[in-house]
Amino acid sequence: MWKWLHPYANPEVSYHFTGKLIPWFSKLAFTLLFIGIIWALLFVPADYQQGNSFRIFYLHVPAAILSMGIYVGMAIAALSSLVWQIKLADTSVAAIAPVGAVFTAIALITGAAWGRPTWGTWWVWDARLTSELILLFLYLGVIALHNAFEDKTLAGKAAGILALVGVVNIPIIKYSVEWWNTLHQGSTVSKLGAPSMSSSMYWPFVVCFIGFICFVTWVICLRFRAEILARNAMRSWVRDLVTQQESK
Amino acid sequence: MQFSTFAEFIAMDGHGFYVWLSYGVSFTLLTLLVFFSIAKNKNIIIQIRRRQQREEKLKQAAKQQKDNISQEVTHESTS
Repeated sequence: MWKWLHPYANPEVSYHFTGKLIPWFSKLAFTLLFIGIIWALLFVPADYQQGNSFRIFYLHVPAAILSMGIYVGMAIAALSSLVWQIKLADTSVAAIAPVGAVFTAIALITGAAWGRPTWGTWWVWDARLTSELILLFLYLGVIALHNAFEDKTLAGKAAGILALVGVVNIPIIKYSVEWWNTLHQGSTVSKLGAPSMSSSMYWPFVVCFIGFICFVTWVICLRFRAEILARNAMRSWVRDLVTQQESK
Repeated sequence: MQFSTFAEFIAMDGHGFYVWLSYGVSFTLLTLLVFFSIAKNKNIIIQIRRRQQREEKLKQAAKQQKDNISQEVTHESTS
């Protein structure tokens, strides 16, 4: 059943496959984000309580959901690297972590900028905000561990274990607004099938969200290819590829 | 369209600073991420190319040395 997947464990095959994905996802990301952001800034009606600060929602919520989604993806890669010793899984953990860190930072910063006019404060040490900050530190830890060892197999193992242990933080973030009293509002869009907001506000969110997913896929592919080249520098296919690029 | 003038759009009913701060920071971070990701790819290719060139040079130098030695040997044997 999974046999079709096996060739992609070969770095060369994966390198060329992601190379084909890149132009599609970059174009899709730019188009969707362009439409989504213009829609969000110009055409979405202002919230009846929060006014125009509500427009931050279209960056904050996709970034926050993706910061968790990317982490889960990274943890699955780390698990398969530790269990099945797939080298490319390590490569993808190294490629994914910086992207996740940037999205976590965006979620935190836009959250602070939204909190100021809505709650009257940039930051409170409540469950949702603190656990999201811990997520940022987890990402930074994974990146630091990857760079701390000269031996990439050892680095991958250390970073992978941290990534796996950190998964415990994900349900804490997700349910923090239900388990504890917090300033942060409950979820509005992730209720399957029944988002608690009007459709004039919901659809631009969907466009932005899919746009951000394409963006993440694009950047992860870019970083993944760079990591493959760096880790396979002595292979003959990489040498041929480099000399080919030189002659272009 | 929710705004009738450009100034209204920038002001966002007093929330302009927070909205533009969010959009500005996000845009900057995402642009930097893309920029560094592309630059990383290029840097690695340049590094691999340099290493290859160094290896080729070393190989050639070794070959030349070998040739020189063998030439000297033949000179000595003929003289």
